Amino acid sequence: MSASLYTWRKLKNVVALTLSIAAAIFGLLWLVWILWTTITKGLGSLNTDLFTMMTPPPNEPGGLLNAIFGSVVISLLAIVLGTPIGIAAGTYLAEYANKHWLGETIRFVNDILLSAPSIVLGLFIYTVMVAQMGHWSAWAGAVALAFIALPVIVRTTDEMLRLVPQQMREAALSLGVPQWKVTTQVLLRSALPGVVTGVLLALARISGETAPLLFTAFNNQFWSTDLNQPMANLPMVIYQYAMSPYDSWNSLAWAGAFLVTVMVLLLSLLARTLLLRNKVTHE
Amino acid sequence: MNDVARISVATTTREVDSTAASRVKLAARNLQFYYGDFHAVKNIHLDIPEKKVTALIGPSGCGKSTLLRIFNRIYSLYPKLRAEGEVLLDGQNILDPKFPMNRLRSKVGMVFQKPVPFPMTIYENVAYGIRHHERIGKADMDVRVEQALRQAALWDEAKDKLKQSALGLSGGQQQRLCIARAVALRPDVILLDEPTSALDPISTSKIEQLIEELKQDYTIAIVTHNMQQAARVSDYTAFMYLGELIEHDATATIFSRPSKQQTEDYITGRFG
Amino acid sequence: MNTAALPLAASASDLRTARDARADRLFRWLLTAAGLFVLASLVGAALSMLWGGREALQEFGLGFFTSTEWNVGARKFGALVPIYGTLVSASIAMIIAVPVSFGIALFLTEVAPTWMRGPVGMAIELLAGIPSIIYGMWGLFVLAPQLSEHVYPWLDENLGQIPGIGVLFAGPPLGIGMLTAGLVLAIMVIPFVSSVMREVFLTVPGRLKESAYALGSTRWEVMWDIVLPYTRSAVIGGVFLGLGRALGETMAVTFVIGNAYAISAALLEPGTSIAATIANEFAEATDPLHRGSLLLLGFTLFLLTFIVLAIARLMLRQLAKREGN
Repeated sequence: MSASLYTWRKLKNVVALTLSIAAAIFGLLWLVWILWTTITKGLGSLNTDLFTMMTPPPNEPGGLLNAIFGSVVISLLAIVLGTPIGIAAGTYLAEYANKHWLGETIRFVNDILLSAPSIVLGLFIYTVMVAQMGHWSAWAGAVALAFIALPVIVRTTDEMLRLVPQQMREAALSLGVPQWKVTTQVLLRSALPGVVTGVLLALARISGETAPLLFTAFNNQFWSTDLNQPMANLPMVIYQYAMSPYDSWNSLAWAGAFLVTVMVLLLSLLARTLLLRNKVTHE
Repeated sequence: MNDVARISVATTTREVDSTAASRVKLAARNLQFYYGDFHAVKNIHLDIPEKKVTALIGPSGCGKSTLLRIFNRIYSLYPKLRAEGEVLLDGQNILDPKFPMNRLRSKVGMVFQKPVPFPMTIYENVAYGIRHHERIGKADMDVRVEQALRQAALWDEAKDKLKQSALGLSGGQQQRLCIARAVALRPDVILLDEPTSALDPISTSKIEQLIEELKQDYTIAIVTHNMQQAARVSDYTAFMYLGELIEHDATATIFSRPSKQQTEDYITGRFG
Repeated sequence: MNTAALPLAASASDLRTARDARADRLFRWLLTAAGLFVLASLVGAALSMLWGGREALQEFGLGFFTSTEWNVGARKFGALVPIYGTLVSASIAMIIAVPVSFGIALFLTEVAPTWMRGPVGMAIELLAGIPSIIYGMWGLFVLAPQLSEHVYPWLDENLGQIPGIGVLFAGPPLGIGMLTAGLVLAIMVIPFVSSVMREVFLTVPGRLKESAYALGSTRWEVMWDIVLPYTRSAVIGGVFLGLGRALGETMAVTFVIGNAYAISAALLEPGTSIAATIANEFAEATDPLHRGSLLLLGFTLFLLTFIVLAIARLMLRQLAKREGN
């Protein structure tokens, strides 16, 4: 083999591998920069007022209490609505429709829902709930977020159940225990850590979503516990305050951004550690 | 395998006590089994005597596991599988759709190749099946669980760990737990599908001793690809090949004076 | 026969069998309903937006998709400008993201020392979890000023003068605009595409790569000649997945695209996307025709992303099938 050909190939190799390192640094650079910005600007605006005062008019002191409350309520409600249906549908896919054409179709649709733009789901709930009711409401916001959480939970439940060895199903059925008891008492129990991970990931995902709330729960300047009315929430407050020209509002927006980011990252980390621990015990 | 080896296998088997005429517990009559269009098990006519150990042996793919799994209708889980013919348990055809599944499953228990403890405590694993079939109080349940664990030779090792997760047991212990789970329902028949192939030699011999004790109370059918194991534990052996029952006789006879050439070829290792 | 061992009287056990069978049927029915609900959700979402936008469709017909007018007062709406913006910003994002994602996947599977792979991989995936509104805020308050001060003037002066492609880089260096939006989208999309690529690269059988190494191939050659062709459909699937995300992204784009209703060849100019238009105008749209037009825009976006995501999934399934999954 000619020496120059070999040198040329070696050169290509070095260039390619160096570029790959550059790409990794490029990616990490943005992460660090974004997190750094969020932390510094957010920490700078953190104070106890955030958790004790309501969202204020511009240039007046205030906090984010109603927004934090609203976000917690709407997110939890969304999880309560979406989880049972998600687990049920995921169980259907894994236990009753696996390798069946209907199961494959539902999986396909679920994957589309999973990656669909969240604004689309917001508009969907707008037309079926808000337009019908004539006003924004926290209920509508929760339902919209539930539709975003749903495909995540369906997919995780489906995949976790399919990991349970077939012999466990047969062993339980051989005892004469009916299918429904086997599925709920043995199989889902075996897959539980994975299913919980799915719920946590879904919660992390919806905690940061803004677009769906634009058309459903909207926003509320004041404290409200009425689920039938628009309710304050962090993403909408961040959006409104960040786009405004007022410094006090911008500062609050960064504080809110910081809180949301911390929340989302903590949930994701928690979900991932659970998943890792589950993988280890299953080996 | 030469004659010397053949005699040594024969001397490790036990002579069946042929004076006690055993009742037939489980009988297959004209049994066929299909995977879709594939005729996997053909024309099986087999008697499994009560309170004896019957081994099913044969090369991979001969249908021995398939046959075993017909006996508790576990195949009904899968849509493309179907059986024709009869399997008589004490004279009643269990393949009849009208034969109640609960009754079948409480009379015929199964232990699988891979130990699969449920994600529950050891106590709960054993109690799980009982709970579904019977309504008994805590004190009675404690007694039943202890009985089952004793029968599976696991009581001494498990009695202090009853409330711990079953997943913490070793492989051999887990398999004995699965046996305890099956005997907890006090079935008549226990089906064992290659129960020791995933275990180490020490656990294997413990379970083989267990089978020796269990046959006093239960009728046992065991599928094994290990001929020496069949020779060690069983009273009767059935040799299968390509879905058909080639020969069925007392174990000692099969391993020393088989009547079919195919049986002899398999026993002597001419094919595997 | 062990009659003493029969737990229940024969008839009670048989009753239980019948009861169990009924419970099993009910259980199955409930689960099937949940599965069908998922199906219905997608159909419902599509139909509801089409229904909501029917007035606009009736009023403007298919001309809606080719008109560049958007006049709230005159009640004339057309989708071409936002569609253009969506497509261009997503394209910029993919042009940047695909090579970078490939580089990261290459790094994580071949170059990085083993101890580094887990943490770095996880860090890249953290990028995926950051909510898009954070990207938007960072883009507007941090990135855009930096770009308008340091990068865009340079682009304008140097590349903007080249005949032909120069027109791409002409325009006032505002900092917000199509190019910034594309860049922010790229950063958002990189973790998705790179993680699909990485997973897929890891499925290549070791012996395939080993035999290439044994023949004296360099690591790059193994990647380019063996791994990529083997995983080709899944890689395309991953790219389409990223594209789907870029097309539908709302908050990050709304902050930095400039929200100007205009089509311009210059990437430094502001523009708008479908999602940004809807997000900006929906709350104040009181005219039913205005609202209907926005909903019709939403339906358009849905259709576009549906096609892209369906292709993505088909491509990803192709590889999974080959693996025998």
